[in-house]
Amino acid sequence: MKRALVLGSLAVAWAAAAQTPDPTAAEFDKFREIMEQDNPAELFEVKGEELWRARRGPKNASLEQCDLGLGPGVVKGAYAQMPRYFADADRVMDAEARIVQCMITLQGFKYADLAKQPFSNADRTPDPVSLITYVAAQSRGMKVAAPQNHPKERAAYETGKAIFFYRAGAYDFSCASCHSVDDKRIRTQPLPNFTKPNQAIGAVQGWPGYRMTGGVMHSVQWRINDCFRQQRFPEPGYASETVSALLAYLTVNANGHVYRGPGIKR
Amino acid sequence: MAEPMKIRATLQGDVADVRVLMAHPMETGLRKDSAGKLVPLHFIQSITAQLNGKTVFAADVSQAVSRNPVFAFKVKGAKAGDKLSVTWQDNKGDKRTDEVVIRAGS
Amino acid sequence: MGALAAAVAVGLLSPGRAFAAWNKAAFEAKSAADAMRALGVSNAEDSKDIEIRAPDIAENGAVVPIDITSNIPGTTALSVFIEKNPFPYTGTFDFSQGAVPYVHVRVKIGESSPVRVVVAAGGKYYTTAKEVKVTIGGCGG
Repeated sequence: MKRALVLGSLAVAWAAAAQTPDPTAAEFDKFREIMEQDNPAELFEVKGEELWRARRGPKNASLEQCDLGLGPGVVKGAYAQMPRYFADADRVMDAEARIVQCMITLQGFKYADLAKQPFSNADRTPDPVSLITYVAAQSRGMKVAAPQNHPKERAAYETGKAIFFYRAGAYDFSCASCHSVDDKRIRTQPLPNFTKPNQAIGAVQGWPGYRMTGGVMHSVQWRINDCFRQQRFPEPGYASETVSALLAYLTVNANGHVYRGPGIKR
Repeated sequence: MAEPMKIRATLQGDVADVRVLMAHPMETGLRKDSAGKLVPLHFIQSITAQLNGKTVFAADVSQAVSRNPVFAFKVKGAKAGDKLSVTWQDNKGDKRTDEVVIRAGS
Repeated sequence: MGALAAAVAVGLLSPGRAFAAWNKAAFEAKSAADAMRALGVSNAEDSKDIEIRAPDIAENGAVVPIDITSNIPGTTALSVFIEKNPFPYTGTFDFSQGAVPYVHVRVKIGESSPVRVVVAAGGKYYTTAKEVKVTIGGCGG
């Protein structure tokens, strides 16, 4: 009886310790809300909307007829329902891959030009990054609902899952090395466990994100490529099926959670 | 050259809550570009805000203000429909002014 | 000398000063004390009526959010000094014609440092400070 009591109180203490939030993480969360209230990402959202409506490229066309999966020109809610299968391309595409596709087919831009320097730096924000910030903002407050209806959508999920757990490279590393266990962190940053639905939203939430380091806007494509770089893997091609598949796995795991729109990141 | 600000001015009672996002690199003069050359000092130095043409808020700041600056301030005695304008000027003489109409709070 | 300091002090106190004279000597000073001298700030009295809301530990020193409120009657301006930054004087904010003595600003803090605020009210100066720690983060967040 006594022993059971001791064990019982130990268990309670243990549970309390596990639930006590890390004070550093709590401090970050408190100020993240303040940061999100006025997020420089909005400056890129405005620019992205201008780019969406402007007649540009060799074909002098706007992107207003771009089909993001909900019909030509429908932007509202589209980001929260991607990656998805697109019959015209016969593949699953995440939002950035789709926007790039529209820039190619509707406006006449060339993939090679768009893929040359696809990510932002202090001096330049590529057009697709601003465009995706605008598109993502139109899903603010909506539930993540990446479809799994088409066979290729289900295949993309399985491929993404295989990529997530694929361990290789100089460090014998995988995405799962950092992101499949609870309560891991790197320096002061908590690492979400993407295999769990309540934490998988961490792969979606806050992207595209305004990064405080350098003060630049980044899409989730950049983040995925940076994960590959940190694993000492070759980086996937820009807007490639590899990235779409990995995003399908991560996003489907996060289905049902509310997307808060473009975010702010460390 | 200078890109538009994003200004929100919302009434809470008779106090206007003004929140401003500015697009500016705020270079400290200490950052090196990809070629390894120092990027020259380039930053917003002065900001003024006017309510219906009268200066209510003014600031002189240094390069220690973060890139793409965010400022918020409050003005008492404002009404819905009042005009609020914000102007900034940087160390290279670039200027930008944007104006919004104060909205009733929700 | 006294007259000069007084004139500079008036400069800090008077509204609409921005655009007219950005105080180069203060902004280029390498210590908070030198910057205050250049601004004409003297005999600043410690005050509990100045609230500084800033993180105890900043997630990223490149963007540290700071909310400052002065509850001292007659506040006309407040100045911010990040004591350990290479150039500590970060700025002065003037309030007039009904502006509430409150400002939200986001700043770069190079290393853990006290953030000092000096308030000008009724021809006098009041001050308080808050320590902000700066850490090194993880990957891309």
